[in-house]
Amino acid sequence: MNHAVRETQQMDIRIDSDVVRVRQVVRECAQRVKLSLVDQTKLVTAASELARNTLLHGGGGHATIELVHDGRRSGVKATFRDEGPGIPDIALALVDGWTSGSGLGLGLSGSRRLVDEFDLASQPGKGTNVTVVKWAR
Amino acid sequence: MDRVPILQIGDVLLVSIQVDLQDQSVLNLQEDLAERISATGASGVVIDISAVEIVDSFIGRMFATIASLSQLFDADTVVVGMRPAVAITLVELGLTLGNVRTALDLDRGIKILRVLHERRRGLPGTGHAASTLGLR
Ligand SMILES: Nc1ncnc2c1ncn2[C@@H]1O[C@H](COP(=O)(O)OP(=O)(O)OP(=O)(O)O)[C@@H](O)[C@H]1O
Ligand SMILES: [Mg+2]
Repeated sequence: MNHAVRETQQMDIRIDSDVVRVRQVVRECAQRVKLSLVDQTKLVTAASELARNTLLHGGGGHATIELVHDGRRSGVKATFRDEGPGIPDIALALVDGWTSGSGLGLGLSGSRRLVDEFDLASQPGKGTNVTVVKWAR
Repeated sequence: MDRVPILQIGDVLLVSIQVDLQDQSVLNLQEDLAERISATGASGVVIDISAVEIVDSFIGRMFATIASLSQLFDADTVVVGMRPAVAITLVELGLTLGNVRTALDLDRGIKILRVLHERRRGLPGTGHAASTLGLR
């Protein structure tokens, strides 16, 4: 995912209200690159799921929200990273309905469907990094 | 932290979500509603989400929880006013909201509650209203 970055915002994800702030910043960015209303809604929903995972499963971490361009189109890239326990079995974590806790197990699998690009990297004991991109059409 | 007001209109409780709620506020709302339903003996709950810009798995689960909760108190729950973009996103996210009743707007939501309530009480003459609303 090597796209030209035009602008970057970093945010901490430590408490509940940080998840709300992530949603707000992602929405602002989505509006600036003129994503359609449906695509804005999809991206913000995915960001909300991933930020909550960073907080609940990763024990807190950071989000980086970027305006990106690939020569043809503009988009929003959102990266969520933590230094939590990591995901031992990534394929399993991406199965619809699989949860290690009491969730619905839709956060990862669902947000993957809601974006154009999805990258999940995780190392047990080291942490997790999820990157998503949504392009304006 | 935001506290969502719960209004009472007749025997219906109305919750209108106007701000982007953090998770703890969602949980508070769930508890507040349970208390209000049991304290008032309300027969129905309407959750108006016409101002809500996204529904993720957390808030979606709240709808399902409130629906089940209200049933324990012999009350029904209807979620009204879902925006089209929210509906499309929910389907793609994979959230089915299985046992949660939805209606296009507040008006229809209240009508549905009335029909369900009358049917629970076994009152005659509700068959027609029920079929008009497509309820089985
Ligand atoms: N950042 C993370 N760090 C560690 N484990 C994670 C992380 N994100 C996800 N996981 C693991 O992947 C599983 C699936 O995540 P997913 O978001 O799909 O479901 P969930 O969070 O359990 O439930 P919900 O549907 O409420 O989001 C989690 O239960 C958790 O075990
Ligand atoms: Mg999750």
